[in-house]
Amino acid sequence: MNVFLWVIVPYLCLATFVVGHVWRYRYDKFGWTTRSSQLYEDRLLRLGSPLFHFGMLGVVGGHVIGLLVPRSWTAAIGIDDHLYHYVAVGGGLVAGVAALVGMTILIYRRRTVGPVFSATTVMDKVMYAFLGAAIVLGMWNTIAGSIFSLGGEYNYREGVSVWYRSFLAFQPDAELMADAPIGFQLHALVAFGLFALWPFTRLVHVFSAPIGYLTRPYIVYRSRDSRPGQPGSTPSRRGWDRVG
Amino acid sequence: MRVMAQMAMVMNLDKCIGCHTCSVTCKQAWTNRSGTEYVWFNNVETRPGLGYPRTYEDQEEWQGGWVRKPNGRIALRSGGRLKKLLTIFSNPKLPSIQDYYEPWTYDYETLLNSPQTDTFPVARPKSLLTGKDMNVEWSANWDDDLGGSQEHAVRDVMLRGIEDKVKMEFEQTFMFYLPRICEHCLNPSCAASCPSGAIYKREEDGIVLVDQDRCRGWRMCVSGCPYKKIYFNHKTGKAEKCTFCYPRIEVGIPTVCAETCVGRLRYIGLVLYDADKVLEAASIEDEHALYDAQRGCFLDPEDPDVRRAAEVAGIPADWIEAARKSPVWALINKFEVALPLHPEYRTMPMVWYIPPLSPVVDVVRDTGEDAEERGNLFAAIDTLRIPVEYLANLFTAGDPEPVTRVLKKLAAMRSYMRDINLGRDPDDSIPASVGMSGETMYEMFRLLAIAKYDERYVIPSAHAEQAHALEELATDCPVSDQGGGQQDLFGEGSGYPTPVAVENFRMLQDRQTSDTLASPGDKASRVNLLNWDGKGAPDGLFPARKDD
Repeated sequence: MNVFLWVIVPYLCLATFVVGHVWRYRYDKFGWTTRSSQLYEDRLLRLGSPLFHFGMLGVVGGHVIGLLVPRSWTAAIGIDDHLYHYVAVGGGLVAGVAALVGMTILIYRRRTVGPVFSATTVMDKVMYAFLGAAIVLGMWNTIAGSIFSLGGEYNYREGVSVWYRSFLAFQPDAELMADAPIGFQLHALVAFGLFALWPFTRLVHVFSAPIGYLTRPYIVYRSRDSRPGQPGSTPSRRGWDRVG
Repeated sequence: MRVMAQMAMVMNLDKCIGCHTCSVTCKQAWTNRSGTEYVWFNNVETRPGLGYPRTYEDQEEWQGGWVRKPNGRIALRSGGRLKKLLTIFSNPKLPSIQDYYEPWTYDYETLLNSPQTDTFPVARPKSLLTGKDMNVEWSANWDDDLGGSQEHAVRDVMLRGIEDKVKMEFEQTFMFYLPRICEHCLNPSCAASCPSGAIYKREEDGIVLVDQDRCRGWRMCVSGCPYKKIYFNHKTGKAEKCTFCYPRIEVGIPTVCAETCVGRLRYIGLVLYDADKVLEAASIEDEHALYDAQRGCFLDPEDPDVRRAAEVAGIPADWIEAARKSPVWALINKFEVALPLHPEYRTMPMVWYIPPLSPVVDVVRDTGEDAEERGNLFAAIDTLRIPVEYLANLFTAGDPEPVTRVLKKLAAMRSYMRDINLGRDPDDSIPASVGMSGETMYEMFRLLAIAKYDERYVIPSAHAEQAHALEELATDCPVSDQGGGQQDLFGEGSGYPTPVAVENFRMLQDRQTSDTLASPGDKASRVNLLNWDGKGAPDGLFPARKDD
């Protein structure tokens, strides 16, 4: 059972995540979009969307630090557990609350604004359920586990994080996860469910974050010939100079 | 000098009767789909009026286009790259659907299914966004023909600064139509605003297009375009814009809007320009100088040096030839009667307009004076400040001088040609008074009044296609390109794809010239899926069943 939950399921989800994105990018570039609904409604979005997205950026950053940086590394640069704990819980709370409040506003908007609601797909709803559950469980772990120490002390940096790194290194150690509190276990499972859904939802827009905009020239020029197979154009052939 | 070619358009506003045929045919061709119900790549506005979307010219509000910074460089008015990325989660300056209008249809079912009643059944308007009943309160041309009315026109952004005069001389109200498409700018701020780099300008003909596979729906282009000619398709989540009907242009036929224009007021042709000069011209400090600066970017195709440089830059000979015959070049730089729309946005727009003389002529005629006499018209142009200043706000960043000059040329042409048409001796002092020779004036008259189809539309077909066709004849092996192109070896899919526009063109020609119905009974007939609306199964879509 442990092997199934903490080895097989995560790898299946990871495979779906990777293969799904490759497939979607190759076959559905046209569908790769944020599917913004700002045209319909602006007031609530203006408040909720930046709150949610910046909150999520903080949450993701926190996860990267918490999961990928071993305890020995932070100790080596002189950050003891106590300080780390304060920073992690403090930062995690701020980002988590921002994301949660933002998401609440956005879901309220989605349900109450007519055009936005009619533009919501089934896949959106499923995705919101997983995303919402992951955020709520994550908040629960932070508040109940790290602040009030319900269910005993648990240092995830000794358990979940180590398992996660072993998982990424393809040497998974299921026991570490089996010993984790139920809150962490559920959070991890829901998150992997979300990863499996990811390529089939609007979440793909995360991977088109336009960082290149900062460095590219403002005006893009492109030759008609750079799109082979289009009617009225032909790719330039090897061995022949393009005429004109 | 870096010579580039640009496909450009000029519209003669005096001839526009506001029939909206261009808008309707464009919509039928390009935006007759769900998600683009509210989208008009081509729209016709009554001016003075609010425009579409409402008050789009108010850049204090919408922050479109470029602005010159104190250091002499131009920057996007809505902020640079970093600000764009920081506000990407909620675009601060996106017009809402209410600023365009909420699209609707009518509940026609009630009309068809109504039982016999004493009163007529009514088809109620239903929103195309929610499907619910709605009140129709605005549309793309709601203030059509209401130019000068107190309710709408007074809110026209272009009347700011001259509103006191408008009220004072209200009895001299005027009105004209302004058809608008994408400007296909030399310095497009939409492309500069696109975080994904999906909007590009084609090297060959300067047409600005959105790569639908690369657009990610960040919506920054909608805010960046000061003309609000990029639209967000709310079904696909992608930006869409006027394509200058590039599939038609590539095979040498004019855009749909130009082809179907009832007043024949549109001119399409090539302009050669120096790409190295564009940024410098767009950065000029004095807004009034922008019109001349943009004209300064254009290169004279009669100049042998320019032609040589164009050849070196890889522009095909037939394109250079077309640039020499271009009516757009003639109207902009030879006769100097076409003006750019809002040069102060610094995007270097490439759809230019000949301002309308008719508001002036109407006023003169209403006073009972001779409205074709040069002196009367000149005096009216000089005294009628409102139309001139209003036109200047549209076309020359508020500088009345070039507008006056153009209107006087048009007025002079009117008087000069009247003499010729009535068989009197032409009075060469008339063209001389506006700095033209009699011959040039007559040439201008010909182009404006009686130019035929092939003089109004000088469109060289895409050169790649010609090279391709030649190659097919002589140098290509039919099996050499397997896997590289679209074609198959055998059957219907074999050979090279026919350009879409040509196929449609031929199909239309067949239908118009054949004696039988559009789908004759013979086996070879096919249903044109491009004209199929997706509902029902037209005859011939499937082969007949055996048992029928």
